[in-house]
Amino acid sequence: MMWNLRKKDSSHEHWSDVKKSIIKNRALYFMFLPVIVYYILFCYWPMYGIVIAFKDFDPSVGIFASKWVGFAHFTRFFKSYYFVRLLKNTIGISVYSLIVGLPFPILLALMFNEIKKKYFRTTLQAISYAPNFLSTVIVVGILMFFVSPDGGIFNTIRAMLGKDTVNYLTEPKYFWHLYVWTGIWQAVGWNSVIYSAAMSGIDESQYEAAVIDGANKFQRIWNVTIPGILPTMVIVFIMSLGGVMSIGYEKIYLMQNDLNLQTSEVISTYVYKSGLLGAEYSFSTAVGLFNNIINFIVLILANKFSKKVGETSLW
Amino acid sequence: MLEGVKESKGEKIFNIVNIILLAVITFVMLYPLIFVVFASVSDPKLVYEHPLLTHPLGFTLDNYKDVYANKDIWLGYRNTIFYAVLYTVVSIALTIMAAYPLSKSDFYGRRFFTIFIVFTMFFSGGLIPSYLVNKKLGLVNSIWALILPGAISTYNVIITRTYFQTRIPKELEEAAEIDGCGILQTLFKIVLPLSTPIIAVMVLFNVVGQWNSYFTAMIYLDDRSKFPLQLFLREILIKNDVSKLMDGAVKMDRGAFESMMKRDGIKYAVVVVSSIPILILYPLLSKFFKEGIMVGSIKG
Repeated sequence: MMWNLRKKDSSHEHWSDVKKSIIKNRALYFMFLPVIVYYILFCYWPMYGIVIAFKDFDPSVGIFASKWVGFAHFTRFFKSYYFVRLLKNTIGISVYSLIVGLPFPILLALMFNEIKKKYFRTTLQAISYAPNFLSTVIVVGILMFFVSPDGGIFNTIRAMLGKDTVNYLTEPKYFWHLYVWTGIWQAVGWNSVIYSAAMSGIDESQYEAAVIDGANKFQRIWNVTIPGILPTMVIVFIMSLGGVMSIGYEKIYLMQNDLNLQTSEVISTYVYKSGLLGAEYSFSTAVGLFNNIINFIVLILANKFSKKVGETSLW
Repeated sequence: MLEGVKESKGEKIFNIVNIILLAVITFVMLYPLIFVVFASVSDPKLVYEHPLLTHPLGFTLDNYKDVYANKDIWLGYRNTIFYAVLYTVVSIALTIMAAYPLSKSDFYGRRFFTIFIVFTMFFSGGLIPSYLVNKKLGLVNSIWALILPGAISTYNVIITRTYFQTRIPKELEEAAEIDGCGILQTLFKIVLPLSTPIIAVMVLFNVVGQWNSYFTAMIYLDDRSKFPLQLFLREILIKNDVSKLMDGAVKMDRGAFESMMKRDGIKYAVVVVSSIPILILYPLLSKFFKEGIMVGSIKG
């Protein structure tokens, strides 16, 4: 529908109609002009800049004059000793987040849905999504309060149970769990709101029909509520998949240290480090481009998949 | 939910268990914040020895006094408030300037412009090309690097456009036209006043987004005097801790221990001080959330 440029508006049959419409709506065009400038400057110009992934970018001569190197940067990246590790961490952390992040907001929304008193429900829900409004720095800071080997709560409990101290942030094997579960803590309340909104859109008469048919509460949930929010689940799933390759690198960057890099270095943090800190502009742009393309492919595949399985899709 | 349906005994028990479970979950979710609040008014040495706080230990306001005396925090606070207000004004203005024309069916070129901006949702230049462009535009080490590059969220434009299309009755706009209102007058007198829910939600998210962001500031700003609050927080909460972690179990002398305790105390207080504004603001605007989300999920 959106892609159908050829179809004419009925009001714009002739060029004279078009001219009239533009003059009448000229305020709209003036209004939209800064918007166009914005997108050209900050979205499309950087898109053009991607071409340096195929060149040996030299800031002193500019993009156009820099030497063409084809796929050399990509080859270097794929052959590097850290390529597999980066890919594993990026995909692993994303899939882990995705799978764990799917059921909990739904469960929470179901539980909230069963509370009759509206005031009680909205208050509890508002409390549950408070962590969503904390900054990444704060969340990681609070995490550090809890996992610190020196006076942290987790290690204090371990000591009480007679176990020895664990330095959670410097041992690679804990990184994924710390990242994902702090993410759940922060997002589950907020994500449940989307499902709550979807649940409130389910027709009352469906529940009444179920009751007449003798369905108990669990049967009503399984047969009315869940199918009712299935489209929402699919959309949320697809949109999360869309972010698979660009996972919250801001939080990962804060949680990284030299000792846990083996499980904490992901493609996006590597792009930042090699590009901005290491000034390897062309190389890191190539890595970033690889990231974007994989992202895009995953998104398209997910959309096709959901079209086949359910009836909903993003487009 | 269902009127007049008698609840079976099983369902009554279910409801009670449900509420208890929810209360437990909410408490567990809240405990980290409760801990921080208690710790911030406690003697840091006692918190260090007995971290499992159920109430403040050795009640003291010294931590807050230390925060009050910290010039960096004040500087960061002032900068962040300024950036949040400036960003919100610029962003909402541009978003409306994008959404309103796109919502009018007689805006010639509408389909093209919509594709023009929606395409950017799926593909972007990436970190390095964006940085190079911003450098060319002279935004490095400038406040405007925090404001301009991220000023328009295409997602917000679509949601606002949908809102204009579905919630503003065409009859009102046509009546205004007949009364002699130009496009701008119609926008300001009729459309915007009716759009308060969606604008309120956008204001909240813009303010929160600016308040909480650190990465953009970190990569563009060199000048400490321009640092937002989160960058100072990062220094206090995270960078110090990392060096502590790496040194392992350090045998400290009494002086080092004392100053470490003081730093710990400041950490708790600083978390509270920097999160309070947002935690107060969001409940006030929460009643607009459901409506905003409903509009967003209709067209998606």
